[in-house]
Amino acid sequence: MIRIGVLALQGAVREHMRSLEACGVEAVAIKRKEELNEVDGLILPGGESTAMRRLIDKYDFMETLKDFARVGKPMFGTCAGLILLAKELEGHSEPHIGVMDIKVERNSFGRQVDSFEADLAIKDVADSFPAVFIRAPHIVEAGENVEILSKHNDRIVAAREGQFLGCSFHPELTDNHRLTAYFVDMVKEAKAKHLV
Amino acid sequence: MITGTDLVKRGMAEMQKGGVIMDVVNAEQAKIAEEAGAVAVMALERVPSDIRAAGGVARMADPRIIEAVMGAVSIPVMAKGRIGHIVEARILEAMGVDYIDESEVLTPADEEYHLNKRDYTVPFVCGCRDLGEAARRIGEGASMLRTKGEPGTGNIVEAVRHIRKVNAQVRKVVGMNEDELMTEAKLLGAPYELLLEIKRLGRLPVVNFAAGGVATPADAALMMELGADGVFVGSGIFKSENPAKFARAIVEATTHFQDYKLIAELSKDLGTPMKGIEISSLAPEARMQDRGW
Repeated sequence: MIRIGVLALQGAVREHMRSLEACGVEAVAIKRKEELNEVDGLILPGGESTAMRRLIDKYDFMETLKDFARVGKPMFGTCAGLILLAKELEGHSEPHIGVMDIKVERNSFGRQVDSFEADLAIKDVADSFPAVFIRAPHIVEAGENVEILSKHNDRIVAAREGQFLGCSFHPELTDNHRLTAYFVDMVKEAKAKHLV
Repeated sequence: MITGTDLVKRGMAEMQKGGVIMDVVNAEQAKIAEEAGAVAVMALERVPSDIRAAGGVARMADPRIIEAVMGAVSIPVMAKGRIGHIVEARILEAMGVDYIDESEVLTPADEEYHLNKRDYTVPFVCGCRDLGEAARRIGEGASMLRTKGEPGTGNIVEAVRHIRKVNAQVRKVVGMNEDELMTEAKLLGAPYELLLEIKRLGRLPVVNFAAGGVATPADAALMMELGADGVFVGSGIFKSENPAKFARAIVEATTHFQDYKLIAELSKDLGTPMKGIEISSLAPEARMQDRGW
């Protein structure tokens, strides 16, 4: 059985768990770092990245999260989660987890009144995917090993680098589970490789 | 590409879940709140306990204060407008505030009608004491709810009453047969379609935070225990002796609301919390929760 964690310090945890369950895998809410040992992949949900970062530091999560990445387990960041994954943040000298070779700008589409819904084409996922952008970040620059999966108005809004998947929007807020299913496949592949 | 949809407005509140939203009256307090891990701040001219003490008519804050707070932090900024005050709400929307609280903490501008919140691109949060009130606000377009509690008292009893009532009524609706729901809608004063939706979902269709009387980390954890999605803290933080420490403790108690050893640790040496008011000592006209219809 594939078990996928959702970092449950703050944010849209319930929605990601529901989406994982709809994809037929076990979803685990991760509140303590020890619980990370029990899962094959991890989703970093949407929420407030500054608030999550404070709680990550407070509970000494950072090294465990980096180790999780180091052993090759897949991680999927949505919105605030994308910010946590990025190696570089516009206007900040230090990243958070800093494992995915991308540069991200926070709140780059404006304030809440500018938040929007749009249909996106996402490579290998869907020709038309309902994407909900809420005070969303976007990927300003992507390293050479990063595969760009989707753009909206010329801005990169979904990308993959090996074990890492990130998007600007909130796939967990709709009933379309195809991007979650794509991540579940990444986790299955990584686990199979690890067992061989 | 469309803005201001239900998904975008309600989704914004979903992202705040498990977090603490703090009342602030200037940029400096907003920075302390952000640093402590608040998921948003509520920009105000005065915190509820000072509104209570000052008396008179309480209105939307000076836009200068709201602007200063918006410039100081990168987390979302909310602001309060008076119940039914179309223009205060439009001003806040035009300023780019991330969420408007149509709030009973301010003196109502309309004693009959709330705002038609569906008309706005900006999302709204509203207070509720029971499911009827919650459903009427959602019907008008509120994208987020909070208990009313009794603001500015530092007394959690009313917020407890309200969250228990709403959740008990939700459970009742979920357990009812569909042919009983029309009469229940009539009795609650709730839109029928919304009760159908609550029954189908098994919960409210929007996030419901606790507010109105949270004064300690244990109070915040209690509200989470009772099923709140997150917590608003008004006067509690910046009326305490050490706001930064207090704010951090409230945030951690909200995240780990069932880790009692941890809450014991972080409740140590917090200094004196706000004094608090016994609800029965309030004159009827001083009860903010009775504002709203």
